[in-house]
Amino acid sequence: MSTILGLYNYWIVVLLMMTGFYIVIAHGNLIKKVIGLNIFQTSVIIMYISMGKVRDGAPPILTEGVTLFSNPLPHVLMLTAIVVGVATTALALSLVVRINEAYGSIEEEDIHTQEKSS
Amino acid sequence: MMEQHVLLPLIVALPLLAAVLIRVIGDRPNPREAVTLVTATIVLALLGLLAGDIYRGEQPSFTFAEPVPGLPIRFQVEPLGMLFALVAGSLWLVTSIYAIGYMRGHHEQNQTRFFMCFAIAIAATLAVSFSGNLFTLFVFYEVLTLSTYPLVTHAGTPEAKRAGRVYLGILLGTSIGFFLFAILWSWFLAGTLDFLPGGILAGTGDSFLLSIILLLFFFGVGKAALMPFHRWLPAAMVAPTPVSALLHAVAVVKAGVFSLLKVSLYIVGPETLMALPGRQILLIVVAISILLASLIAMRQDNLKKRLAYSTISQLGYITLGALLATSAGLIGGSLHIVMHAFAKITLFFAAGAILVAAHKSEISQLDGLGRRMPLTFIAFTVGAVSIIGLPPFGGMWSKWYLALGTLEAGELLLLATLMVSSLLNIAYLMPIPLRAFLGKTAEEDRHVGEAPLPCLIAMGVTSLACLLLFFFPQPWYQLASMAVLP
Amino acid sequence: MISANLPALQVIIPLLAAPLAFLLRKPRLVWPFALLATILTVLTSIGLLQQVLDEGVISYAMGGWSPPWGIEYRVDAANAYVALIVSAMGAIVMFYAGTSIRHELPEHKQTLFHVAYLLCLAGLLGITVTGDAFNVFVFLEVSSLSTYIMVSLGANRRALTATFQYLIMGTLGATFILIGVGLMYVMTGTLNMVDLAQRLPEVADSRTIYSAFAFVTVGVCLKLALFPLHGWLPNAYAYAPSVATAFVASTATKVAIYVLLRFVLTIFGVTFSFNTMPLGYILMVLAVIAILIPSTVAIYQSNVKRLFAYSSVGQVGYIILGISFGTVLGVSAGLLHIFNHALTKGALFLALGCLYYRTGSVHLDAFRGLGKTMPWTMAAIVVGGLGLVGVPLTAGFISKWYLVMAALEQGYWPLAAVALAGSLLAAIYLWKLVELAYFQQPDSDAAQIREAPLSLLVPTLLVTASTIYFGINTDLTVGVATVAAETLIGGVR
Repeated sequence: MSTILGLYNYWIVVLLMMTGFYIVIAHGNLIKKVIGLNIFQTSVIIMYISMGKVRDGAPPILTEGVTLFSNPLPHVLMLTAIVVGVATTALALSLVVRINEAYGSIEEEDIHTQEKSS
Repeated sequence: MMEQHVLLPLIVALPLLAAVLIRVIGDRPNPREAVTLVTATIVLALLGLLAGDIYRGEQPSFTFAEPVPGLPIRFQVEPLGMLFALVAGSLWLVTSIYAIGYMRGHHEQNQTRFFMCFAIAIAATLAVSFSGNLFTLFVFYEVLTLSTYPLVTHAGTPEAKRAGRVYLGILLGTSIGFFLFAILWSWFLAGTLDFLPGGILAGTGDSFLLSIILLLFFFGVGKAALMPFHRWLPAAMVAPTPVSALLHAVAVVKAGVFSLLKVSLYIVGPETLMALPGRQILLIVVAISILLASLIAMRQDNLKKRLAYSTISQLGYITLGALLATSAGLIGGSLHIVMHAFAKITLFFAAGAILVAAHKSEISQLDGLGRRMPLTFIAFTVGAVSIIGLPPFGGMWSKWYLALGTLEAGELLLLATLMVSSLLNIAYLMPIPLRAFLGKTAEEDRHVGEAPLPCLIAMGVTSLACLLLFFFPQPWYQLASMAVLP
Repeated sequence: MISANLPALQVIIPLLAAPLAFLLRKPRLVWPFALLATILTVLTSIGLLQQVLDEGVISYAMGGWSPPWGIEYRVDAANAYVALIVSAMGAIVMFYAGTSIRHELPEHKQTLFHVAYLLCLAGLLGITVTGDAFNVFVFLEVSSLSTYIMVSLGANRRALTATFQYLIMGTLGATFILIGVGLMYVMTGTLNMVDLAQRLPEVADSRTIYSAFAFVTVGVCLKLALFPLHGWLPNAYAYAPSVATAFVASTATKVAIYVLLRFVLTIFGVTFSFNTMPLGYILMVLAVIAILIPSTVAIYQSNVKRLFAYSSVGQVGYIILGISFGTVLGVSAGLLHIFNHALTKGALFLALGCLYYRTGSVHLDAFRGLGKTMPWTMAAIVVGGLGLVGVPLTAGFISKWYLVMAALEQGYWPLAAVALAGSLLAAIYLWKLVELAYFQQPDSDAAQIREAPLSLLVPTLLVTASTIYFGINTDLTVGVATVAAETLIGGVR
């Protein structure tokens, strides 16, 4: 019981991760793929941050009288990861716009058919 | 500490230099051909100089580089290599003379490319003969394959392309798939790839393992045309006749059997080889190869194809010598490199002359032609008798020693094979000049004249050589025995 | 002062050059500036390699913050070697890019391409010299994103879909690595590679670490296009601009292999990776399939860039095969082939770029009669192809030799046979091109084309010549590869 409840953060992470992964693989709509990728990346961010929480620890901001802090390092790392995620999403979305211009569709199957015939 | 003998890379570099000059001179036939002839003469002279050192017992060497630690690219000339180099060098000169007559008489295209690739192939052949270790030999063996490909596919026709594919497919397939594998394994077991008397593999593994390596070597050297990897030879007959002459009498095929002799003498070692079970298997394969090739030769109407299968059979003799691994056998095999080269090249020269002068390629068309082209067919007869192994031509000596070798090894069946093969040689070679001289000349051939002069000169030289080799085999015998009996 | 800061400069020079190039705006100015930056980068990596060979491992604390809390740049023989090849190819291809990009890309996109190129170079070099596991992820994404940009600038609209597919798969791979690093951090509390190596053995026997290992390995294998995670590669290489393909093909997968080596050997350690986890066997099986199947698929391709892309997947198989043995000889064979294949494939794609420059096509038909119309370009392709086959006197032969030696050392002689079989497959697809080029006549309009311009031809021939040079003089490559392999397998002291 404590395994499930005690590790609830990891369960959420795994759920999000698999959801994102599934969306990427299973959906043909390019925008949905990008969203799935986002969810996948977000799950990892949550994993890092939730790992950094120290029980009874205060947020990692220097305050008088507080001795136990949560780990600030994962937050720092995840700031970087978030930026990377933003950049990736931006790039992906602009690609989708260009693909739409070139193929007239953002559905993977349509694009496939067009590529095979051209 | 080995001295660096600059003569060795010089001899190999000169044909390469000639190739460059030929390319530069391009379409001016006379200066271009002069380059080939002058270079070939110089190379032959230098080889003579080098031979002097070898006869005195020296083994000059030259190291280039060491791509893999412990495996230098090195030239080191020992007597067997000298023998091969002399054959290659002298026949380059003769074939070049012949080629001039042939290419012009036949109005061949792309003569510049032809003479250029010829020179490069000769450089590769000389490098093979000078190789000081198995690694170097493999490097130049492959270079030889690649440099002869443009010669084989010279005509540019779809048949030439197909033949080129067979050529490359078999030669590269066997060399990378089997030969390289055997080399790597030998390196792994012996720690060296130098050519050492007694063999580097002696005592390095059990007889099963060494037998496998032996099989990999003998099937891996595709240029020796051991059945079933022989198909490239008849396929390559699509090339112009000078190519067939030089490559299939001298450069490519002899590089193959030369490699096998080196493997037998210096890699596996005669004593080790004689004890391996793999040897028995290979002896059977060789015997079949010798006989079967002769039988197929009998059924060929195309003259060049018949000569090609004859070559496969004759190469089997040399391979046999390498496998017998007795001193007579090895000497016989080495001598046959010389004898067969001169005899076969004469036959190919004649075939080419017939093509150029009479435009005939099939044996059935040759009736009575001997009276119109007497010199050509006399040369053919000389070559044929030498191949058969009868006096007064040199071929007798190599057959003699090979037969001795079979007796030394106690392989009476192989002796019988040699005898039967000689009879088959008569059967597929002698009818040709007989029909030519005694048959009825066809109407259309009444006006046929002799071959172009350069071709006649070349044929004359090689026929004379076959005769001289009978009376003066000592220089060659000496080289062979220096290699085999240290 | 410069020599003390070489590790940092290795990354900073291209990294700063990128926005500066962007500010320059005009392509005429941007290209020489970018070229200058890449040349400085090469000089830096030569200096680094020299330092490492003389003094041993270099440990550089970024910003003066000492490890393991600060980010450390840690350069030993292995990454100095990889950095050299990456920056060298970066410079040569940049020289080539001047003419090629001017021809292939519309004017307003040329500056962006050069900026992306410099960022990619910075990213790849960052991955190579860093000693911090998370830093690897950051630079990995920097290089990946800039690669996506470069690939998407290809002329054909398929470049867009190829980039999208590459983006999805690449991001998945990088995120897997991130997950793996996170799991390692949970268990050890550190991100510094040396520190991780020292702390992991205590906690190695846990499911967390097993999962971390799996995530990292799969993520990296996606980036290095090990079969079956190679799906992004053929299209990305085929439809990218010639310069992008030449650069990426010779560097990106090689750096990913380096990352694999660093994680598997330095951080996790040989014993854990090969004994506790069945990495050796898995890699071996996948490598064998990679050598045989993509090479066979290559034979049937009619787009020649795609043909060589599949060939690359096969060649990566060779490298992974060497690594899968887990021995010094095996890893050195793999490292050797990283260098040699980077040169060989680089030469081939540069030559294909020359062809594209003159004919606008890389279809098999464009090869008809090429031996006559563009003899030097075709000669480069033949020599490069012979290097793929592994003919003696080429660099490819040396790596194959060592690879087979490594296989025989372990007694795996069927694998030696596989390696040789791969050579024969390469010979088949090379010969298709040779026959078309030398045996067929060019089409009537193709007969007009001339040889490629010198600015394209010189770099191509230079790289091609180096494949022969390094096939004969192997002191540098074999020497450094062996030292690097020993360092990697020996682990961190």
